[in-house]
Amino acid sequence: MTKKKSSCVSYTRWGYVFILPFFLIYTIFSLVPLFSTFYNSFFENYMSQLTHIGPKFVGFANFAKLISGGDMFTYSWNTLVVWILGFLPQVIVSMILAAWFTDLRLKLKGQTFFKTVIYMPNLIMASAFSMLFFTVFSDGGPVNIILKESGLTHEPIRFLATVWGTRGLIALMNFLMWFGNTTIILMAGMMGIDVSLFEAAEVDGAKSLQIFRYITMPLLKPILVYVVITSLIGGVQMFDVPQILTNGSGNPNATSKTLIMFLNSHLANKNFGMAGALSVMLFIFTAILSFVVYRTLTKTEE
Amino acid sequence: MTEKQKRAQSENTVLMLRRIIGYIFLVVLSILCLFSFYILLINSTRMHSEIAGGFSLLPGKYLFKNIANLSANQNLPVFRSLFNSLIVAGLTAVISTYFSGVTAYGIHCYDFKGKKAAFTFILMIMMVPTQVSAIGFIRLMNAMKLDNTFLPLIVPSIAAPIVFFFMKQYMESSLPLEIVEAARIDGSNEFSTYNVIVLPILKPAIAVQAIFTFTASWNNYFMPALILTEKDRKTLPILIAMLRSADFLKFDLGQVYMLIAFAIFPVVVVYLALSKNIVQGVALGSVKG
Repeated sequence: MTKKKSSCVSYTRWGYVFILPFFLIYTIFSLVPLFSTFYNSFFENYMSQLTHIGPKFVGFANFAKLISGGDMFTYSWNTLVVWILGFLPQVIVSMILAAWFTDLRLKLKGQTFFKTVIYMPNLIMASAFSMLFFTVFSDGGPVNIILKESGLTHEPIRFLATVWGTRGLIALMNFLMWFGNTTIILMAGMMGIDVSLFEAAEVDGAKSLQIFRYITMPLLKPILVYVVITSLIGGVQMFDVPQILTNGSGNPNATSKTLIMFLNSHLANKNFGMAGALSVMLFIFTAILSFVVYRTLTKTEE
Repeated sequence: MTEKQKRAQSENTVLMLRRIIGYIFLVVLSILCLFSFYILLINSTRMHSEIAGGFSLLPGKYLFKNIANLSANQNLPVFRSLFNSLIVAGLTAVISTYFSGVTAYGIHCYDFKGKKAAFTFILMIMMVPTQVSAIGFIRLMNAMKLDNTFLPLIVPSIAAPIVFFFMKQYMESSLPLEIVEAARIDGSNEFSTYNVIVLPILKPAIAVQAIFTFTASWNNYFMPALILTEKDRKTLPILIAMLRSADFLKFDLGQVYMLIAFAIFPVVVVYLALSKNIVQGVALGSVKG
């Protein structure tokens, strides 16, 4: 008996050994940089031409400058608009597809093929995908050639010269990259719903739409929350696609410049103070969102 | 009787109609997903004047010429970057899955003080984007003289909360603790139990997560662009960005399409070979069944 107890104690120690690498690496490469980012946000520290200004402690001055400058709100707005533009069709289309794929009576054939195709863009390099769209939708690119040859247009459409053309293309890419993923997640959620509920509803004479509205939707709510929030966190991080598509400028007139592009330009200019202040704001925002995800995750576990 | 038959018939017509609408919708979406890749496939086999002159549904004959032109291009060291990307993504996939398994095993198989807190902590940090600590990270790497090396891109993936979470889920469904007990009785020490007994059981989960971490690292642009500034060290996404800023469209579209193809098609080929596991993996990782 005593022997077993002591062996138990020794195994306990092994638990720490096994989780040590994770926490060690996380501390060095994420936690320390995070604190250092916070620290940097309180200092004036940037390059002006070739002279290095600072570091000088300025308190919350960087934050004040960031908020009063107004740029941050413009770029937040851009990010939000482009995210919504991509997310709305994404969640609607995914919902429809997931409902169809799991419909017991509909029995769509070739599901494996369609799932394979719609998920594929998710794994594609976002920067290369964006470069591809830049080339394909350029003034003399294939899309304009096809439009012209089919007689639909006479003058090339200059997608990237217009605000909504650029935003629309970014949203289209985000949509294409993520609707397959969302469909699969929602499908997994729908298949987790007890089949007998659907059967009972069918016996009672409920139509497909009624079943969807009164059974699928309410039971899917936690997963839907998960999808919305994780997508929003992804949206805050939107960078590769608009950065490559507009060559970092967010043109026309920075209307498609996102928050991370803003951060990246501060980093590229070595303006550590402002980059720090912006990072802290982004951290607080994503931390709030993450907390919501954490709550929904632990709730589904119970 | 006839009333009933009629209703059944009309129900069948509605079902048929819904099916047709469904197929049309799916075909349109599939075309939307594939059209840009199809253009890429065709245009990477054609020469500049052909591409600029018009679009064709059939591939051209300049595939090898485009590859040769691109590899001769001094400004875009494509094979070097391809190699760099492979090294970074490959090593990231290996150590990320291995150590996530280690961490998950530590949480799953042992009872120790603070275990719940550790698990909660990992869940909490799961969604924190790497970009928010980027300046601290870059400055630390510069101070450690690790800029322009691959280590800052590989080593941090030892702490990958999402991969960990997936492994933990998988262990809960597929790793009976009796096996671990049996190994202990047979005198196996804890490390070799993990390496010899547990790792083979985790193989399906590792395969799926290896693909995800490989592609995530292969596609990563933000951090490598800030760490790797020397020409020889660049990875493919950075080359794509250079291609974009050099306004290359005027010179040789064949090379432009070829470089994009180099970045995109390796992943597509791997994906098509393993798509079944991948699609299942997405469903498994996201929601507890």
